[in-house]
Formats: sequence, C-alpha cells, structure tokens
Amino acid sequence: MSIFVDETTRVVYQGLTGSQGRFYGLRNRDYGTNVVAGTNPKKAGTDVDGIPVFATVKDAVAETGANASCVFIPAPGVADAVIEAAEGGVEVVVVITEGVPAHDEARFFNRLQRDYPGVRLLGPNCPGIISPGKCNIGITAGEIAMGGGPVGIVSRSGTLTYQALHEMTQRGIGQTTCVGIGGDPVPGTSFIDALAAFEADAETGAVIMIGEIGGSAEEEAAEFVQQEMTKPVVAYIAGITAPPGKKMGHAGAIVSGSKGTAAAKIEALEGAGCLIAQNPTEIGSIMAQVVAKL
Amino acid sequence: MDLLEYQGKQLFSQYGIPVSPGDAVFTVQEAVEAADRIGYPVVVKAQVHVGGRGKAGGIQLAADADAVRSHAVNILGMDIRGHVVEALWIERASDIAEEYYASFTLDRSAKLHLGMLSARGGVDIEEVASKEPDAIARLHIDPVDGLTEDAARDWVKQANLNPAAIDGTVDVMLKLYRAYEDGDADLVEINPLILTDDGRVHALDAKVTLDDNAAFRHEWSEYEVTQERDEREAAAHAKGLQYVGLDGFVGIIANGAGLSMSTVDIVSQVGGEPANFLDIGGGANADVMANALEVINNDAHVKSIFINIFGGITKGEEVANGIVQALGRVEIRSPIVIRLDGTNADEGRAILAEHESERLVSQPTMIDAARKAVELAGAVP
Repeated sequence: MSIFVDETTRVVYQGLTGSQGRFYGLRNRDYGTNVVAGTNPKKAGTDVDGIPVFATVKDAVAETGANASCVFIPAPGVADAVIEAAEGGVEVVVVITEGVPAHDEARFFNRLQRDYPGVRLLGPNCPGIISPGKCNIGITAGEIAMGGGPVGIVSRSGTLTYQALHEMTQRGIGQTTCVGIGGDPVPGTSFIDALAAFEADAETGAVIMIGEIGGSAEEEAAEFVQQEMTKPVVAYIAGITAPPGKKMGHAGAIVSGSKGTAAAKIEALEGAGCLIAQNPTEIGSIMAQVVAKL
Repeated sequence: MDLLEYQGKQLFSQYGIPVSPGDAVFTVQEAVEAADRIGYPVVVKAQVHVGGRGKAGGIQLAADADAVRSHAVNILGMDIRGHVVEALWIERASDIAEEYYASFTLDRSAKLHLGMLSARGGVDIEEVASKEPDAIARLHIDPVDGLTEDAARDWVKQANLNPAAIDGTVDVMLKLYRAYEDGDADLVEINPLILTDDGRVHALDAKVTLDDNAAFRHEWSEYEVTQERDEREAAAHAKGLQYVGLDGFVGIIANGAGLSMSTVDIVSQVGGEPANFLDIGGGANADVMANALEVINNDAHVKSIFINIFGGITKGEEVANGIVQALGRVEIRSPIVIRLDGTNADEGRAILAEHESERLVSQPTMIDAARKAVELAGAVP
C-alpha cells in the first residue's frame, strides 16, 4: 500500500515542453511512473519523446485517462495551471514550481477547497511525491528510494526529504510513500493530511516527519500525533541553531505567538510522544531501532 | 521586503487611505523646505527599518523652521538599534483624539487572511495581544470572497472604537485590504490609526512588508535601494543567493533551506561555528556555485568551507563543475570539504576526484564532513 499515488496513477505534466519539465518528466517515466501526457496550448499535437502533448489538461484527461498532474509551469502561471488541472478532472495536483506569490497560493488553495474538495494539492515549492517502485512525481531521484515499507515520510524540506530516503535505503528499510509538502506559506497538503493518511495505511508501520523553523504547522501536527496517531513518529526539525528570524511586524508575532522556534516545535513533538532526531543521520539510526521492534 | 514608513504611506495614498500631507527628505535643508511647504506644526520622523523610533528620540514635533533644523541635524545620522537614519519623513502634525491598531496578514494555520483591529493602538500591540486578547477584534477573510463592506462593518463594530470613528474606519479597512491584496503584501499595519479631534480617521504610521515572490508583477525597484543588508548579504543578494551572515568560521554552502539550516546545526553540534547560512536553491548550476564560493571567500572570518549538496534539481556534475570552475576563477583561501549525494552524484564525485587534494576533500556523510570542516578550520574540539 501507499498513500496518494500508486501504480494506477497516470500523470499529465503541465510544462512538459520546458527544460525542467522535460528533464524530470522523462526521468519520472524512466522510473516507471505512468507519464501519459504533457500540456502546452501552443504545442498541442506534438510529442516529447513519444509523450503526447495536448492543449489543456481537460484534453489530456479525455484522451489518456490522466488522473494526476505535475506542474512545472513558471511561477506567474501557476495559479491558472492549478485551477486548469482541477477543472480538467485530475485528482492529484503536484506543484514543483518555487517562487509562487503567497496571495496566489491562498486564493487557489481556498478555491480548490470550495469548488474541487476532492482534489489533493501538493506544494507549491515541493519536491513531489514518491511511492517507491510504483510512482514518482517530481524531482526526487528515484534510485535513493526503496519500496516495500514500512516507513512513511512527510517533509517540509526538499533536500532533507532526500536525506531521509537515503538514510532508510542505506539501512535496507523500505518506504511506503514519501510526501514532500513544501515550505511555502500555504501548502496544499499539510503534515496532518499526510500523517492521517499514513495512520490509515495498513502497510505503513512508522512515520518520519521533517519540519523547519517558522509557522506553526509542526505544533499542529504534534497535537494530531498525540490525539490520533498509534504509529511511532520520528521527528527532525531543522534550524535549531538559526538566529531568531526577522518577524513580520507585530501581526506575524501575534499570529505565531511563542510558536515557530525549533525549540518550541521540538518540545511540542516530544510532548506528543515523537522520537526526536538531533541531526539527519540520527533520523536513520532512531528509525532503524523503531522498525526493529515493529 | 520591508518598506520604510514614507514608502508605505505613499502606497496607502495610492489606494485612497488618508495620510497626513508630508515629504521624504534626505538633508537638513530639504527638511526645512519641506516643512515650510507643508505648514507648521510638523513632525520630523526618522525613516529606519526598525521599531522603537519614538523612544530613541527619532520622532520629534517642531513648531517652526528652527526647530525642524535642529531636530533634522540630530536625527539624520542617528543610530537607532543598529540602523543609521538616512531619510526623514516630514508631515503635518495631527490633533489626536484616539489611537487604534489595524492590520492584515496571512494566518498560515487557518490558510485565510486575518484582519486585526483594536481600540488599543499606539502602544505595544503584542503586549495587548498577550494580556488582553479580547481587546483585538479579529476577522478571517477567505481570499476567494475578499472583504465585503458588510463584513467590514460588523467587524469594526466589534472593536469598541469611538462611534464617530466607525464609518471612517470601515472605509480605511476596505482600502487597506485592497492595498494588502492588490499590492501583494505579506503585512500591512497601521499603528496608530487615529481619530482626529475633528472626526477624521487616518493613518499616522505605515508598516508594509511585500512578498518578494510577487515582484514580477510590480514595479518595486525604488524599494530595493532602501533595503538594509550587511555587506556580505548585499553581495550575495546581488548574485541572487539566499544568504544570512553569522559570526563563525566555517563557511557553508548547501542546497535547499532545510538542508542549509541542518548544515548550520550540524556544524554547531560538532563544535564548529558557522560563518553563514547560504542556500543555493533548487536550480543551481555551475555559475551559481561559483558565485556562492566567491561570496564565502570574501568573508575574512572563514577558515574552512563545507559544501553540502543533496541533488534533486541540482545535478551532481553541475555542482562539481561549478566548484572546479570557481577554483579556476577565484583563489579560494580556505580548504573545502564537500559532501555530494543524490541525482548524478557518481558523475559529480568522479569529476571532483580528479581535483582532490589537501584543499579539496570529499566526505561521504554530513556528520563526517562537518567534523572534517571543523578540523580543517583548525578548531578541533
């Protein structure tokens, strides 16, 4: 089992004809992902290394049965691309693009909640999602992952996500799914969404959660872990020694209160029963002990 | 990107929010000329990216030209909590009947915009928030709907303002929300928003933080020139790098904010002191790496450099080529420890292997690389 994406996922790449979209679209196909289509209104009818290009996501869905989209469109076009994907009928939208304006993110997140509540948005500014051996959408190097479970991974940080996969694979511990939720102000999928899915997934036995300083998503996740999770969670927070960041005026400080520091996040997670790794290497050693007892 | 008060007020003006007539000036002579034009009494206000200006003596009332001159002489060049005053805002003094607080920002937990309005303005609003949370009227706004006049009026009525201020405040909040949304701001804040003796509501201060990601659809170059950064940060920013200067001796280059922070953490944990945080980002190529190395190399405190790359978008051979090219372009003063993994890591390591020496060392894991970098810096714990 895996969460959100698996071998039945059929992916259309919005931006497949661009250099990044092409590089990673073809890499994802080489990995074994069902890369069924690309979109570009100016290049409909052409193909990228045999992958047909359509004008819109809707056309791609109708012609190829695509049920997920991966967005490699430059930041100014991401808001339209996300809505186009939802209107086109896919169930999962993964936005890799970084630098999307926060107001755009807030608007399309709430628009999806209202008009397309069944659509799962992941990102923006995320590395994507991989269910090893089944489906890899985004920029994760598939060879660092290993299928079979029992570990699920959810992370706010791109490169630390790869690190966690690498630590598991090197120790011979498989993964069910690795979800990169991205570090932007309004992530489409939250820690809690992924933790709930891992809790419900029979094959996932334990979860790695990787957070960063800033915001209060980790504190909210800690509350969820305490109340809802029966599976062990190993947590790592980056930024323990970071100097206090610039706060966004008084309003930002009021919204986050005392939350947001690594110390506050670690305290909340530890209080919720998570096992805390002090550095990325420890994520591996602690999880190895957890898995041995499963 | 943070705006100075006068830039914020000019932005507010564009959206029809009432502000006092005023001018931004940069010399004593300009200050006097501006005050003559505006009419006395005026307020002379230091323009710096930091709070607490009033307490530091950076805000002064002036009844005539002589007073403006002496205040301008005192305030220009003044150091306010590490920020040197280079500009003044001269504005007509206001007769203040009451002071309020108003702001819009994104509530990341609720994933909605949050408006805050309080009758307790002009003071430290954070203290109000922690001691009397009920003194702040809060309104969550769905960005799809925006702020309607009815919603704004209901909200303003909850804030216990002077009844005479309600209509004016509703008008200001609607305009402020437009400035926040159309202006792509992370924060707009007015503290204080005042009710004058003659019943008008207007903004006596302006704090605006803009979302850098939205720069592509705005003309913000005039704000760029007033951004304050330390010298290293300015140099890095000019090259498009995410850099934060720290006080240590191990220079750090990594990709991704999380891994960069984690690298700073691990260097501290093995007894080193990081000189910086530097994230070369996702699409980093040879040029970006070379630029990053140049920035680190210019920091005289750096004794060793730790490059920590886990390849996703950044491919291993690009990283390796970048280091090799940079070594050709700049004479790197410090030994380099590199830990390279991920996409095309083998290709990258092969390129590096041809250039390895005492000055360029490769290590397989983060913790080993951190230890080696600290050792090469001559600071074995």
